[in-house]
This record gives sequence, structure tokens and C-alpha cells, in this order.
Amino acid sequence: MASISAALLDLKRLDQLASGTTFLHRLDARAKVLATLVFIVCVVSFDRYQISPLIPFLIFPAFLIAVGELPTRYLLGKVALVAPFAIAVGICNPYFDRQVLLQLGALQVTGGWLSFASIVLRTGLTVGAVFALTALTGFPAICRALQRLGMPRPFALQLMFLYRYLFVLAEEGRRAAKARELRCLGRKGSGLKSYASLLGHLLLRTWQRAERMHMAMLARGFSGTFPEQVKARLRFADVVFLSIWVSLCIVLRLTNVTHSVGSFFTGLLP
Amino acid sequence: MHMADALLSPAVGGIMWAVSAGTIALGSAQLRREHDDRQAPLMGVLGAFLFAAQMINFSIPGTGSSGHLGGGLLLAVLLGPSASFLTIASVLVVQALFFADGGLLALGCNIFNLGVIPSFLVYPFLYRALSKGEMSKGDRHLAEPVPGGAPGKLRENAAVMISALVAMQLGSLAVVLETGLSGISSLPLERFLLLMQPIHLAIGAVEGAVTVAILSFVRKARPELLRRAPDNAGRSRFAVLLAFLVIALVTGGFLSQLASKNPDGLEWSFAKAGGKVAAPGAGEGVHGLLAHLQEKSAWFPDYAVKRAAPRPLPSGAGDLPDAASAVPGVVGTILTLALVCVAGALLKRGKERVETPDA
Repeated sequence: MASISAALLDLKRLDQLASGTTFLHRLDARAKVLATLVFIVCVVSFDRYQISPLIPFLIFPAFLIAVGELPTRYLLGKVALVAPFAIAVGICNPYFDRQVLLQLGALQVTGGWLSFASIVLRTGLTVGAVFALTALTGFPAICRALQRLGMPRPFALQLMFLYRYLFVLAEEGRRAAKARELRCLGRKGSGLKSYASLLGHLLLRTWQRAERMHMAMLARGFSGTFPEQVKARLRFADVVFLSIWVSLCIVLRLTNVTHSVGSFFTGLLP
Repeated sequence: MHMADALLSPAVGGIMWAVSAGTIALGSAQLRREHDDRQAPLMGVLGAFLFAAQMINFSIPGTGSSGHLGGGLLLAVLLGPSASFLTIASVLVVQALFFADGGLLALGCNIFNLGVIPSFLVYPFLYRALSKGEMSKGDRHLAEPVPGGAPGKLRENAAVMISALVAMQLGSLAVVLETGLSGISSLPLERFLLLMQPIHLAIGAVEGAVTVAILSFVRKARPELLRRAPDNAGRSRFAVLLAFLVIALVTGGFLSQLASKNPDGLEWSFAKAGGKVAAPGAGEGVHGLLAHLQEKSAWFPDYAVKRAAPRPLPSGAGDLPDAASAVPGVVGTILTLALVCVAGALLKRGKERVETPDA
């Protein structure tokens, strides 16, 4: 059950990164969320065989990581670990798509390998951008941003509650799983029967906790909504950040910078 | 079963975002109407419970592998459709942001596959129908049918099992369709289906067994919890059907208008190549339908082929570097990559120097 502790630790670490104080941390969450969304849509809108125009897009996560002072190796490791599904589906492409689409000297590259490389690159870009967004902004701020962008209030409330109790219950689940693991000597006893009663107990405890919480909240005058925080207003820096990245993404989407750079150099050199 | 951004096209991702956002709005409105403010903390904590529960594995006898709870059906039985849907959706948001289990664009797909399907399709239409049946005499005084207690235990367990299997099959089918419509993977649809559906039959059986076991535990320990699920399926069922109808009309009507003005590259290259060449996968039945849908849903006219293709190429192949332009492409790729890395490193170093001026 080391994975539970690891996952929990991971959650906390990403959460703590959001308490940084750089220029990017201070930006309005809405600007960061919107810029990331535009970035992702631009990246995935490329055709499946295209690789070279995707490369310049690396500048967005690289900028966020560098200026936001995020730990590069940690984030790269996270990106490398996730999205096995995309890789698993993508690895079938070379098998099914054997049309040779690129000739590099004696090396023939088939469409399948091109599209596989493209999928891997997209995965890195989109996942990297999302991690950078979370690490720079923090979950509660993203929720508030989404709410101000039109997400219904009950759902925002749900997200806040979930986030508040995530750490508590994950810790409780971790302890219960550890106890079971210690008692069940390897595999024996970790079957469905003990699992069901373990989860059942966790569920009942969860339910009781919710009831206690509700009492406590009523006692403190909870009226069904969290009090509104002071509404942050979009500042000049937020607008500048958003417009620069959106326009850069669109420019990179419409022009193949990589190809121009390549032509420039191959044209210069004989 | 989480979809990834890298396998999606913006058109499919965008449509699924719209569908899921609409359902979230409907679910929220439904909850607000119910005015049960005990519900809010309960849902939040149950979301956290689901999160914790998904981290705990149990061993599957005889196989040496292990499984964990998905939870869609369990929450639907405990909370009713709207509340369980919002809870699952919120868990998916956290998973997307912290673990990149499905990215931001794929969030719409994931909320649909793992939230809308069990809560709004399988639970009201299948589970309720299956578990209704004879009410025991002791329960007749209750005004509303009891989701957990009324039917016989065997019947109830069978209902849970079948619902879990169907929910998982529908979910994986949706994953296959979304991937296929996006056209990023070249895995042929029927092979993908053959890969996904049997695996998810097994996963569905595990899910069903776990849900049955937990529900019977809860029924023994605190039976009153199973009676609290509000019977709001009637109204929300109508609302959801209405929403689906609207979405179907929007995709069919509005998007096809949009698409017909910008025929996509595939169509275009076929027309240039002399008409009746069989498209890869475009034919009769499901394939024809999917190909048709794909043409209709192409928002981004990116697939425009820049030169007449001598033979039918896969969509977008027209933009490919041919032998002459491949060299600048490769050189440029390496140079741009190097530039980005250098820029990142410089930005980082610059920052550090500002931070520690005397170092």
C-alpha cells in the first residue's frame, strides 16, 4: 500500500507548490485557466501526423515552470508517469498504419510512428500544462475561477467540500489499508470479504462525519453557501498575460515556426 | 478508463464538454430545488470517500491481480442520480488537476463516461426497473419505492450486478467512440472494441461484486441509509432526455450547417482523387455512420489538403513534409527544441540570480 502514501504525498506536494509568491502565482486564476485551455485546444487541434509544429508549444509549460519556480524534475517525472492509456492506445498506431510518409535518407518513417510520436508529444504538452496550472494556482483558486466563469454554485460547493475532506479521508483510508495489510500476511486475507467490510466501515464513518459536520455548520449559522470572498478584479497584468499567450498560441497554431527555422538554417548552409 | 487529451480532437472534446457542463447545470438546479442542505456536506465527504476508496485495492482470487472500486453505481444507489453525478464529476475534476487522469479537455468525456452513464442512464432506466418488483409487506407503508430494501436480496444483488456490467460496457463503448471520432489513433474501431469490451466485462464484474458486497454490508449495519435516496428520477429523467434531444439537434443541425461549408480534407481529397474510392473505414453500417458523424463534427477546418493527393491519403496527410521539405522539418525541430530548452534554463537562472543577488 505504499502507493496510497505516495499518492497522498504527491497531492500535498502539488498543493503546497501553489503557495509560492512569484509573479505567476499572483495572477488571477481565471487568466491562467483560460490561457491553459486555449493552449490545450490549440495543441490537440493539430493533425495526427504533425510533430514539428508542436515543438514550439513547449515554450508555454517551460515558461510556467521556469518563471513560476516549479521543480522541473518533479513535474517531468509526474508527466512521464501518467497517461498510460494514451500511450497504450497510441502504440498500436505503428502496427496498423504502415504507409511510409517520411523518408530520411535510408530511414523510412511510417505514418503510424509519426502519429505515435505526435500522441506522446501531445500527452507531454497537455499534461505538463495542467500540472503547471495546478501547481501555480491551487485547487480552491481554480474552483473560484471556474465558478466566476459560470460553473453552477452547488457544484462549486461540492468541489470545495471534496477538497477540504480529501486529505482527511485519504489519510483515514491509508491507515485502514495499512492495518489490513499488516494483519493479512501477504495476499491471504486481502480478498473481497475483508475489503467490503473495510470499505463499508470507511463509508459509515464518512457518513457519520458528514452528519457531525452538518450539525457543526448549522451551529455556526451555515446558510447553504460559503460566504463570498472579496472578488478579485482582473488587473492589467492578468489581461496582458492572457492576451500574450492566447495570441502566441494562435500564431504558433497558424504558422509552422519550426519549419521556418529549419528552412532558414538549411538555406544558409550549403 | 480515463480518456486523455492527446487522443481527442477539439470537436469531440468540445461537444462532450458542452454535454457534461449542461448535465452539471441540470444536476445543480435539481439539487437546489430539493433544498436538503444536509446533502451538501454529505456529498462532499462521500466524494472524498470515493477518492480514498479508489486507492485501496483488493486481490482478485485466482488471478493474482487486484481491483478497486469505481463507485458510480454505489453512489447512485446511496444518493440518487443528481447528487451522485455531481459527486463523481467533482472527483474527476480533482483527478484531472492533480493526477492528470484525463486532462482538461478530456474532462467532458470522462464526466460523461463515468458520471452521466451510471447516474442518469443506467441507474434510472436499468437499475430501478430491475430492482422495483414486489414490495415486501413491511415496506408498503412507505410512500416511495425503496431502492435498497424492498425487493428480495437476490433480485437486488442481480440488479446491481447487471447494472454494473452494463454501465461499464457503455462507458468503454463511449471511450471507443470518442477515440474513433477524434481520429488521432489509427486503431481500427472493431479491433479497439474487441480490446476494450471484454476487459471491461471483467472490470464490470469486479465492480458489481464490490458494490454488492458493500451494499449488503451497509444494509446489515445501517439499513436506514439505503432508504434516504431521494426518488427524483422522474423529473430529472425528463430533463436529461430533453437535454440529449437538444444536443442531438444541435450537433445534427447547427454543426452540419457549419461543416457543409467547409468540407473536410478527407472528402476533398476523395473528390480530387476521382470520387468513389472506399475510405478507410467508410462503408456500411456503423462505419458509414461514424465516418458521416466525423465529417459533420469537424469544427476545425484544419484538414484542408494543400495539394491534390495522387492517391487517397489518410486525413491530413496532405500537410506532410515530402522528401524535399523533410530535412528543414527535422533540422527545425531539433533547433526549436534546443531554443525552448535554452530559454527555459535562462529564465530559471535569471530568476535565481535575482533571488540571491550576492551569490
